[in-house]
Amino acid sequence: MPRRRALAVAAAAAGSAAGAVFLRRRATRRRERAELYFADGSLVTLSQGSPEPDQLLAQARAVLAAARG
Amino acid sequence: MAQAADALAHLTEISTQIQAAVVFDREGTVLGSIVDDERAGRIAEKALELFRAAEKQGSQELVQLDASLPDGTVFVVRDADRLIAATTGPEPTVGLVFYDLKTCLRGFGEEPPKPKPKRAPAKRTTTPRKKDDAAS
Repeated sequence: MPRRRALAVAAAAAGSAAGAVFLRRRATRRRERAELYFADGSLVTLSQGSPEPDQLLAQARAVLAAARG
Repeated sequence: MAQAADALAHLTEISTQIQAAVVFDREGTVLGSIVDDERAGRIAEKALELFRAAEKQGSQELVQLDASLPDGTVFVVRDADRLIAATTGPEPTVGLVFYDLKTCLRGFGEEPPKPKPKRAPAKRTTTPRKKDDAAS
């Protein structure tokens, strides 16, 4: 009986860990970000959270809003 | 402007991901779009503001950008003095959209092929026969 309980607890823990990983990956993928490509081939990625990217993302939101009327 | 309309028509044909697209110049003047004029003007204005703000983030010349948001993605691509701004739904195939936008923008700048001038028909000249030839 204790063995069965231990297995159930282990299965629940594994399931919850897998769920957490899945949710974290999904959240990361959906994170707002801007990618800027320059003439020399360099790429700058700006993620939300700091003032400058937030301003750019706000302007991008304005473009989307304008496109959707 | 026929080639502009062709380039945009081709864009909508090849890319199902693009929901709105506007071609404009560095002053924000709309050169062509796949949306109505009012919306095109607003998109061009906002996209130009976005592009100018993004230009300040680097020391080099900015050629293209994309901004991903939960409800869609904004793309701006520049080719010389022309820019194209486009919007898609969330999580588009970024590389493919950039490729389609660049192709469209290049098509916009191309001059329509000039018809080749027709060659005048060769004149037929008759050379008088030499007397010697005629005699023999």
